[in-house]
Amino acid sequence: MTFAIVQALLSHWRRHRLQLATLLIGIALATGLWSAVQAINAEARASYQRASDQLALGLYDTLRDPSGTIAVDRYVALRRAGWQVSAVLEGPVRIAGRTVQVMGVDMVTYPALPAMTQTEQSDAPPDPSDMLTAPGRLLATPELAEHLKSQTELPPIVVSDAVPPDLILTDIGVAETLLNRPRQISRLVILPDQPRGVPALSEIAPDLQRVEASAQLDTQRLTDSFHLNLTAFGLLSFAVGLFIVNGTVGLAFAQRRAMIRTLRALGVSMRRLVWMITAELTLLALIGGALGLVLGFFLAGALLPDVAATLRGLYGAPVDGQISLQPEWALAGLGMALGGTFLASGHALFRLSRMPILTGAGVQSWRSSTSGQRFSFLIGTALITGGFAIGYTVEGLVAGFAMVGGILTGAALVLPYFLTLALSVFQRRARGPVAQWVWADMQAQLPGLSLALMALLLALAANIGVGTMVSSFRLTFVGWLDQRLTSELYVTARDDQQGKEIAQWLGPQVDAILPIRNVELTHETGPLFLYGVVDHETYRDHWPLIASSDSAWDRVLTDQAVLINEQLARRADLWPGDMLTLNAEHTLTIAGVYSDYGNPTGQAIVSMQQLDLIAPGAETRQFGIRVSPERATELAQALRDRFDLSRQAVVQQAAVKAQSLAIFDNTFVVTSALNVLTLGVAGFAILTSLLTLWTQRLPQIAPVWALGLTRAQLARLELLRSVLLAALTAVLALPLGLVLAWALLAVINVQAFGWRLPMFLFPVDWAYLFVLTLLAAAVAAALPALRVLRLPPADLLRVFANER
Amino acid sequence: MLLNIDKVQKSYPGGRPVLRDVSLTLDHGQTLALTGESGSGKSTLLNLAAALDSFDGGEITLDGTALSPLDDRGRAALRRQSVSLVFQQFNLIPSLTVGQNLSFHARLANREDTGWSAQLAERLGLADLLTRYPENLSGGQQQRVAIGRAMAVRPKLLLADEPTGNLDETASANVLDLMLSLVAETGAALLLVTHSQDIAARLDRQAHLAGGHIV
Ligand SMILES: Nc1ncnc2c1ncn2[C@@H]1O[C@H](COP(=O)(O)OP(=O)(O)OP(=O)(O)O)[C@@H](O)[C@H]1O
Ligand SMILES: [Mg+2]
Repeated sequence: MTFAIVQALLSHWRRHRLQLATLLIGIALATGLWSAVQAINAEARASYQRASDQLALGLYDTLRDPSGTIAVDRYVALRRAGWQVSAVLEGPVRIAGRTVQVMGVDMVTYPALPAMTQTEQSDAPPDPSDMLTAPGRLLATPELAEHLKSQTELPPIVVSDAVPPDLILTDIGVAETLLNRPRQISRLVILPDQPRGVPALSEIAPDLQRVEASAQLDTQRLTDSFHLNLTAFGLLSFAVGLFIVNGTVGLAFAQRRAMIRTLRALGVSMRRLVWMITAELTLLALIGGALGLVLGFFLAGALLPDVAATLRGLYGAPVDGQISLQPEWALAGLGMALGGTFLASGHALFRLSRMPILTGAGVQSWRSSTSGQRFSFLIGTALITGGFAIGYTVEGLVAGFAMVGGILTGAALVLPYFLTLALSVFQRRARGPVAQWVWADMQAQLPGLSLALMALLLALAANIGVGTMVSSFRLTFVGWLDQRLTSELYVTARDDQQGKEIAQWLGPQVDAILPIRNVELTHETGPLFLYGVVDHETYRDHWPLIASSDSAWDRVLTDQAVLINEQLARRADLWPGDMLTLNAEHTLTIAGVYSDYGNPTGQAIVSMQQLDLIAPGAETRQFGIRVSPERATELAQALRDRFDLSRQAVVQQAAVKAQSLAIFDNTFVVTSALNVLTLGVAGFAILTSLLTLWTQRLPQIAPVWALGLTRAQLARLELLRSVLLAALTAVLALPLGLVLAWALLAVINVQAFGWRLPMFLFPVDWAYLFVLTLLAAAVAAALPALRVLRLPPADLLRVFANER
Repeated sequence: MLLNIDKVQKSYPGGRPVLRDVSLTLDHGQTLALTGESGSGKSTLLNLAAALDSFDGGEITLDGTALSPLDDRGRAALRRQSVSLVFQQFNLIPSLTVGQNLSFHARLANREDTGWSAQLAERLGLADLLTRYPENLSGGQQQRVAIGRAMAVRPKLLLADEPTGNLDETASANVLDLMLSLVAETGAALLLVTHSQDIAARLDRQAHLAGGHIV
């Protein structure tokens, strides 16, 4: 008996292969896009975790000098006093066109690094003495080792899988040479077991600052918001994919009503049928989910390199450019496929289980759904209102996403109501009988198409919203770069002494030399970098202040006030007039807030004298040089030659800008890719809806054809209908997209990155998207239209003949 | 001569010829009943006369226009202007109201006469149903709308294919009476396909289709 039922149920799919394909594609797309994002996130997080583990980061308290690096003598003194500390020197270096992080540790005293122990346990362990004696050894991943192979001046490389990507691990002595920072130490690691009776650190090293292990900036926290953004996008794509599933399952169930009625009449219980259909849906969800996983895996593989580049550029976070398959990920993906499929079919299944044995077999008539439309309008309005209410009353990124989610879902739900309204207005205004029919017919088709149109609305709104955000951000960013990067040249000296020499040499040749000096302090919101500036129009005229009090610069330069970046302002809720505590002795009034995009940490600016007071002896290794632009290139070369500086040590403004913009553009490659994919999915949803509606189409068009319209006319009208509905949806999507853009710029960005952006409008982009939408709608309707065109008259005539 | 069917042949792809050699004429104002067994080709012949489908041989002339040289567009124009049709079922456009359905053909043919339409609605008992949609009408009501729509154009020729085939006896008699009186009144010619000898007997002439011929 079971077998017979299975056969009967499956026969439906044999007869409706396209429907089956659509259903599987819908599940696969939803799962695929979602899983791709999850894979990217998981891979990135796994990379951070691996790097932390391999380098034992965040395990020990550390000592730092707020004014810069620690001299080797201090290290020696501390150890003599009995303190078990170990030195680390780290920094970026550019080798063969690629920026690589160098981490040099004191191999003798440093605690066992997993990266080292694993390498020592490998088949070809490096000789420990080789590591310590000149020229030393560099530990790098096979991929990085390959890249470094051609660099003959480097010490020999030991290949290891146990080091993070893009990092060279080596002895501190080797690192000094590589980084060109002799006898310097970035931080001291305080080892866990300290002997009793050592003098207190506050006595022997009052200038060094102890940073708790837990307070150290970790990559995971920094990048959390970036990953949350990606997740939100994945969820949106997932939802759009589910619209396809919902539409197809609904139609398949409607078409199977007759068969199910027959089965019940033959004595199969409803319970049993529901169980069998549930099993069938589970099977379909698993097949579609598996296809989705394959899709997601390749998609993630294609997108990950860009994401990795972004994370490295924006946060210095180490991420492998390669995706690896993890069983949890596959299981979660299949779980999403199952959950999504049942979410999308629950309603249809429920209705089926409630179907009285004697109802008609026909596809539900369309007009009965107007009450449903009113209901979803009410729910939609409630969701939109709720979304705004949450957005205005609750703080935090999750609240921001809840608001966006509420508004988007709500808007999707009210869409059919507005479309019906618009269509009936058009119908009333229509002159000719054909026009009147077209509008009426669109209204009649709406219930079958509304899910696809909702998907289109969401995809378009996401496109407009995210597009507006990215373009607004880019515009702001470019303008901001122009303000911030006013110096024609940026020079980094090897040390304080060379810095002085360079300044002396340059003095008579250039318009101004602007020393850039900074120290790292701690603030309750995290690390705080304090910069000192000298009085120059470069700052007074160009610095991008977004909030300021009167004569802000005058007060800063006369040591009375401080400027802070937007991230710090928003995180600590500090604004002009408030006080900022820099350390125990120094508290200054905030005179202004400046925008500081792309920087995850807090920053503040005081006058150079003030910086000397706060952190005496901070060294000046960086300078901005003002010189006429035509001389910049020549001067850069002269500096390099005279002071034996590397290419990276003397950079021109244009190069910095180009690099910043490249990082910026990378950041949004993923979002725009997801955007385009979502739009594609929505277009596909329209196509599948039109195809599934096809069965109901003949009785609609046959009478009109019989009364004197040609099939070619009808085919054109099919196209027109789809295009008009898409156009109407697009018109409604515009305001929604702008609301979304506003939410992203003014709420989500502030919560996620700490900056608020001005919103700009890009009508040309909208026009482009509009045309794209119409094209997609026309393409989606092309197949049904072609069918109408080719329809044999006999098929149309069958509508009128009695089927006895 | 209004309708001249001359030695027409028709077969469907992959099937035996349905019409082998059919000739039939119909004059202005004349009524003709076409009878025959199920599957004898009555509907096929009516559809050919209505310029809905093409035929394989012979010629059909409708109000002076030969049908075989016409393309899709020409046939559509002819349907719009020269004939009215009533089928057994699904005559009405589901997305339009009864009122819109009633005037649809007349407006398409640019021959709308609101006074006449109102009168038709009144006489067919549809005046209270004008804002309803077809799916909310009974079978008899639907067929009356179809007849109203057909007559609103004041056609020269009305082609009706078992218009009462789906109705019970009372409804069927009522619909038929209305149709015949309207036809008589407007002077239209009628080609009516029917199974019923009683109905056939009420028309001017009768033709019987069998084996692909008129007998
Ligand atoms: N589209 C078609 N394709 C193939 N054969 C067809 C098609 N339409 C009709 N036929 C065949 O042509 C023959 C005549 O059909 P038609 O519908 O004209 O008969 P009818 O006399 O109207 O029958 P009824 O009284 O049942 O309505 C039948 O054998 C039918 O099977
Ligand atoms: Mg017939």
